[in-house]
Amino acid sequence: MNPSGNSCGSFPAASPFAPVAGPIVRSVTDPFHGDLLEVSMGPQHPSTHGVFRMVATLDGEQIVKLKPVFGYLHRNHEKIAENTSYLASMPYTDRLDYLCSLSTNWAYAFAAEKLLGQPVPDRAQYLRIILAEMTRLVNHSCLVGFLFNDLGTSFTPLLYAFREREKIIDLFESLTGSRMMCNYQRFGGCRVDPTPEWLEAARKLVENFPRFLDEYERMLTGNEIMLARTQGIGRVNAAQAINAGLTGPVLRASGVDYDLRKVDAYGFYGRMDFRVPLGDHGDTYDRYMIRILEMRESVKILAQAFRDLPAGPIMDPKAKQRGHRPKAGEAYGRIEGPKGEIGFHLISDGSPNPYRYRVRPPSLINLTLLEDMCLGHTLADSVVILGSIDIVLGEVDR
Amino acid sequence: MEMNASDIKHTPFPAAGTMTDAEREELRRHGILLTSLEELYNWGRSNSIWPIQFGLACCAIEMIAAATARFDIARFGAEIFRPSPRQADLMIVSGTVTKKMAPLVVRLWNQMPEPKYCIAMGACAISGGPFKQGYNVLKGIDRFLPVDIYIPGCPPRPEALLNGLIQLQEKIKGEKLTGPNAARHVRSDVNNEHPIPEYGAHDLVPSKNTALWSPPASPTT
Amino acid sequence: METVEQLRDRLLARFPSAAVAAVTNPGAAAEHSLLLGAAQAREIAEFLRDDPVLRLDYCSNVTGIDWPEKEITDTVKSTVPDPAGGPSKVVETKTVRVEPGYLEAVYFLYSMALKHGPVIVRLRTANRTDAVTLPSLTPVWRSCDFQEREIFDLFGIVFSGHPDLRRLLLWDEFVDHPMRKDYVEPDDYEWEPTAHDEVLVRAKAHQAAVAAAAAAAPVPVVNPTSSAS
Repeated sequence: MNPSGNSCGSFPAASPFAPVAGPIVRSVTDPFHGDLLEVSMGPQHPSTHGVFRMVATLDGEQIVKLKPVFGYLHRNHEKIAENTSYLASMPYTDRLDYLCSLSTNWAYAFAAEKLLGQPVPDRAQYLRIILAEMTRLVNHSCLVGFLFNDLGTSFTPLLYAFREREKIIDLFESLTGSRMMCNYQRFGGCRVDPTPEWLEAARKLVENFPRFLDEYERMLTGNEIMLARTQGIGRVNAAQAINAGLTGPVLRASGVDYDLRKVDAYGFYGRMDFRVPLGDHGDTYDRYMIRILEMRESVKILAQAFRDLPAGPIMDPKAKQRGHRPKAGEAYGRIEGPKGEIGFHLISDGSPNPYRYRVRPPSLINLTLLEDMCLGHTLADSVVILGSIDIVLGEVDR
Repeated sequence: MEMNASDIKHTPFPAAGTMTDAEREELRRHGILLTSLEELYNWGRSNSIWPIQFGLACCAIEMIAAATARFDIARFGAEIFRPSPRQADLMIVSGTVTKKMAPLVVRLWNQMPEPKYCIAMGACAISGGPFKQGYNVLKGIDRFLPVDIYIPGCPPRPEALLNGLIQLQEKIKGEKLTGPNAARHVRSDVNNEHPIPEYGAHDLVPSKNTALWSPPASPTT
Repeated sequence: METVEQLRDRLLARFPSAAVAAVTNPGAAAEHSLLLGAAQAREIAEFLRDDPVLRLDYCSNVTGIDWPEKEITDTVKSTVPDPAGGPSKVVETKTVRVEPGYLEAVYFLYSMALKHGPVIVRLRTANRTDAVTLPSLTPVWRSCDFQEREIFDLFGIVFSGHPDLRRLLLWDEFVDHPMRKDYVEPDDYEWEPTAHDEVLVRAKAHQAAVAAAAAAAPVPVVNPTSSAS
């Protein structure tokens, strides 16, 4: 047995005098440069963002091969969901991407509403946008903090990011009762209606958020080490990114204009005025910058949503509260989560439990190009590249 | 005045157990601080617990939150998260332990030097939690490791983690260095290494460490 | 965008020997799909990607589905004239047939260039046991790479032509395919202090099984619950 998990493919035991087979190997024949080193990073590693593992093959410090190994957090979400009712899977969706529970809730509710043919009242649509965009702020600010951790700043930017996160998740807690696992969306609306005081507090927080962004950017964006470590690192071109199914900020950093909030205009995003920031180079720096710019656009969306939030019910009065039995059929619902396209494919056979429940995990699919991004760079850069892709293991492995 | 070493009369130091807390408190009020080596040692250890930097799932985010400015785990001397198990005193099992991950958790535990402690943080680490019905989910890390503190919650708030840490400090302060109830790390008759389960065709082999865990009698029967 | 029927006809015109069928989705979403024969699926996928009208350059999601064998009872009503000359009787004849099971991979295709979609493509294996090979679409869309590996891992569909077909989530030594409907998970429900009714049911089943095994065993077991390992 192999105690460390999946093998990552056997590596040829090359004679030191023969050229070594592999993707990118210097054509050296002397005994001092022929050996390649295989390094297994993770699942317990401070900068693999959880229990992710990658097996890198190094030529000196340069990566010549890198294979991700998954499954250390495979919690069987899909199987459990097939054995429980539609609504009972909602709390599990919180735990998929545990930094962005409210977005994932929406994605699931969106798919289930599509399957049920369930309309959603206007106020709930606006509340969903408000909470999803606030989640985006939490995710992106934490991501930037973690990214700088990976660059070696040892916690300081993360302290700033978590300061803002705490402010926002305090609001989530006062609205939904939980800091992280909000379980807020329902099929046909939302669970609780925010009070005017909550809305006022949220509006103020969002109003002040650009100040934090300015502070953050002043510290980080022009930082010389940051520029040296991220510009030109881990480049992906647009054609590669599209073919590999990258979505979200990682895709847009490569200059592909594809944001589901614009393309599908799901919910009431069609009524919102905002821009989709695009990158030029598809490198780590662009992926960082896209997040900062997206946060600024989110603030704009939030301001409009607070302004236009209508009065009215938050739940469709005809919607069933529990015991949903959609008629046989299937639906695929997708929204633009903070990490990319988060989709749910639900198949109903008319029974109270879904026949098949599939999550389209953006974090997993965004890792498709991890090896291509890392080839030729050093091992230290691979950590930064991984940080810039923004994965959450709960969603990668499900 | 000159004094020979042989002149000094050594009075035997009272053993820590023979003096009551009230008597010690009385002495303390008169400015005499009495302690024992055991107490001093445990006091030092309990206030510098270094956890291993090891996040498993959702609870890890709350663990990070506990380390940040608002909750500030540094107040309790446990802010130094070590990436290497060799330097760590405490393993916070923060999240769902899958069967694929369990051998690695046990291996990390074996690599930690004694004295070492284990906190099962969150419902998943305690019992599998919401994911209990998963085929790849371990139904509690106590099937493979000796757990000192259980912190329920899904996830537990950072305050709950801090409370768990304080409970662990209390536990450490109460540890004995000698006698039949001595702590695990000073005893030679306790095996501190736990067997690492292997990946089998359907499940881990063995699926639990029977030396550590056996199912308690069901309360219903 | 074309309807599924139009697309099917166009594909049949382009690939006369291919098996292409439209599958209707009776649900509220009404997103219909195309069932492709495995033989020419790769060529058709390349066509879908490169066709200037469609340009489905982005494969978003790949879902694996297990459809086990189903017993279907057909009821045929026939009118039998009464030989005695009375009113004719309606006789119901019931025939039970077993619909063979199969595994299915569903691909959701979108176009990032033209911003339309989805076109849903389904591939089905011949059965669930030995003929479980489908052509891999990873050479056409790289985004299928991990997803097809996941389906191989959890459902057991073998994707021929996949560059690196290994288990994705479970360990290599694992032999089962746990997302199949007939998967039996390992019994580790020895003790369940839980509020989940379903877990308690399984725990009771475990206790009963252990008690039965202990009663059948010739040698009395000291600790029956821990001997189950």
